[in-house]
Amino acid sequence: MFGLDKKDTSLLIIVAILTMLAPFILNPFPADSAMAQFNAGYPDLMQRFVIFGIFAIGFNILFGLTGYLSFGHAAFLGVGSYAAVWMFKLLSMNVIPAIILAVITSGLFALLIGFISLRRSGIYFSILTLAFAQMSFALAYSVLTPITGGETGLQLALDDPRILGASQTPEGNIPVPGLFGMEMRETTQIAVGAWEFTFNVGYYFCAVIMLLSFYLAIRIFRSPFGMMLRAIKSNQQRLNYTGLNARPYTLAAFVISGMYAGLAGGLMASMDPLAGAERMFWTASGEVVLMTILGGVGTLIGPVLGAGMIKYMENIISKINSDILHGWFAFMPDGLEDFVVAIVYPFIGKGWHLTLGIIFMLVVIFLPGGLVEGGQRIAKAFKRRKSDDASGKTSTEPAE
Amino acid sequence: MSKSNLTRRGLLKTSAIAGAGVALPTIFTSSANAFTNEPTGSTVTLGFNVPQTGPYADEGADELRAYELAVEHLNGGGDGGMMNTFSSKALKGNGILGKKVEYVTGDTQTKSDAARASAKSMIEKDGAIMITGGSSSGVAVAVQALCQEAGVIFMAGLTHSNDTTGKDKRANGFRHFFNSYMSGAALAPVLANAYGTDRKAYHLTADYNWGYTTEEAIRASTEAMGWETVAAVKTPLTQTDFSSYIAPVLQSGADTLVLNHYGGNMVNSLTNAVQFGLRDKQVNGKDFQIVVPLYSRLMARGAGENVKGIFGSTNWHWSLTDEGSKTFVKSFGEKYGFPPSQAAHTCYVQTLLYADAVERAGSFQPCAVVEALEGFEFDGLGNGPTLYRAEDHQCFKDVLVVKGKENPTSEFDLLEIVEVTPVDQVTYAPDHPQFAGGALGSCNNGA
Repeated sequence: MFGLDKKDTSLLIIVAILTMLAPFILNPFPADSAMAQFNAGYPDLMQRFVIFGIFAIGFNILFGLTGYLSFGHAAFLGVGSYAAVWMFKLLSMNVIPAIILAVITSGLFALLIGFISLRRSGIYFSILTLAFAQMSFALAYSVLTPITGGETGLQLALDDPRILGASQTPEGNIPVPGLFGMEMRETTQIAVGAWEFTFNVGYYFCAVIMLLSFYLAIRIFRSPFGMMLRAIKSNQQRLNYTGLNARPYTLAAFVISGMYAGLAGGLMASMDPLAGAERMFWTASGEVVLMTILGGVGTLIGPVLGAGMIKYMENIISKINSDILHGWFAFMPDGLEDFVVAIVYPFIGKGWHLTLGIIFMLVVIFLPGGLVEGGQRIAKAFKRRKSDDASGKTSTEPAE
Repeated sequence: MSKSNLTRRGLLKTSAIAGAGVALPTIFTSSANAFTNEPTGSTVTLGFNVPQTGPYADEGADELRAYELAVEHLNGGGDGGMMNTFSSKALKGNGILGKKVEYVTGDTQTKSDAARASAKSMIEKDGAIMITGGSSSGVAVAVQALCQEAGVIFMAGLTHSNDTTGKDKRANGFRHFFNSYMSGAALAPVLANAYGTDRKAYHLTADYNWGYTTEEAIRASTEAMGWETVAAVKTPLTQTDFSSYIAPVLQSGADTLVLNHYGGNMVNSLTNAVQFGLRDKQVNGKDFQIVVPLYSRLMARGAGENVKGIFGSTNWHWSLTDEGSKTFVKSFGEKYGFPPSQAAHTCYVQTLLYADAVERAGSFQPCAVVEALEGFEFDGLGNGPTLYRAEDHQCFKDVLVVKGKENPTSEFDLLEIVEVTPVDQVTYAPDHPQFAGGALGSCNNGA
């Protein structure tokens, strides 16, 4: 189907089902129960899952296939966001032109940075991209304040021109981003018994785009172009000696991956029309590297899983404060309760980075293939138990 | 080979979808509330969005303490704190409109993006009806815009930039804290008295929004009384060593250094400046002086010895002796064992002001709350008679000019109040050039 083999088709279908049913899957606990704390099915976080999924898929095209580790990918995300917000300010609140401009701008930006950075490989390439990203951050933060809004970020205002739309709504507010009249923030809540599920227009819009980009990524992975990129990763020198110039291929991969990042940035701005410079900070670039490694470098689904995991921790685990902990352990005797809370507290709430770090270490040491490898091992264990057939190979395969 | 597995999984999936599909139309509840997050149960949720990590984590922690205290007092616990001295008596200690106050917390990380994500999750997931907090103007402006869009009230925490109630003001947002303009207007006369009117000033300015507006305000006020600005140099916000910025100051012929820095920046730049011996120097026949426009006790503690005798301004200080301040310091001190910072004070007051406005309006509806707060005059919250101006949602009240104490008696007793600048002297027209551009728009009730 769609020019994919059976294995990839089923992977695509699984991802499609997961994203379409996300409002159910992410809200497994009844709204009034104590476990509702762990529900992640609210629009903002669901949107973040798929948007960072796109970001990580794009990053993986570069890092997973060619092995070039870009440490400045957040710059493209930021450029995309700024482009999209400017489109909202100048043209209209429709998200389509904003996203198109975001992708084009970040593509051009990636072409420029890639053209320079790709003259080196390995650690030098990483440092170059990091330097460019930090430069972009510094520029956006101060020098380019008239264009980027500086530290405050670029925001919409009541007196923006918006030549194809209205500067302000009849009630005197700033209009919200939409798709031909459908507002991105439109949300329907459906209560089924004790459960509450939230369906948000913006989320489904992002989800559809994520599926398209996922499909495109599969096609790239399976194409001769993708094969060439893998060849670059496995031995670029040998490739050069066979008379092939690798740079056009790496540059193309870099630009494609930058455009993915720009798409993610444009979507972020469409869901929440503000672009801040922190989006380009080096920690944001590091985050996407973490996502990809955590999920599984070079696998198709891995980066999406990694992105989901990190965003879940950032938004859910980080919000557990000491009061909630005391609530959980209230059944224990007083002294013991305080003791347990004191032990657990450093790992959650504002200490969620610590937990993330530990998980990351464990994954890198015991599951070098990321979460995907974990899934494969579990699947293999089950299969072996079922029928002593050890020859089974599972659906996803790392590039290397 | 994996065909059978997939079919089984597919079957499970299909039945799950079918099940969900069957369940869907059976129980539909309409979410047709009158406004975003209308509290329907016996509780109301407030969202406290403060920096728990990053450069302003200390202030965030103090803000959170103040919020917890305010919630305790609103629910009738503790000694009632400033509810007893507050000129409006609408609050009865039974929550807000009889609903028990609950709260959720979030971490702004002092980043606009993170702050917005955290505020969004409070609004979308936890059903917060009001968002408050923050310790940076960038965050305040970003979250204020978000609250306007979502249709909830935003009560700004510590934010000193003119833009929060200037070009980025919003109808759903309110600021109790003072601003750069007020700092300039309050400091200038004191500086003229202490150091004379023919000084040459050299500005070091943190390279971001708050730095710009503060530099602008201080320059305008000091130049108006005869000072000359020799140079204004921007320093990166992430800078930790300011030696390379301090060295050129002496060559410039300036005799006064103005540090438009806050938090860790100010601690480091002031320490560097003092270590360079600037304060022992004589320039143009005058003693070299340093000025820090915005002071906080937490910063003074960081800079230690170096703050002695240095002038600055602050929104509130725990050594004030009016009834409101004394009561607040007492209940805060009893609960936590040390006096509150100005960040804690403004956050506590904002929570009370919001609750009071809801009580007086008789509704949580944002537009009703906005109406109740606009033009509201009150007293007894530590700053003397105060007005919430309707035109820009900025509080107008006395401003404190302080200086680092020469002989501190404890680690909290670091600043002494030099002058309480009366409110008339710091009041400006809503369309003042430093605040021009931008409009409040109209209040938004949301969904």
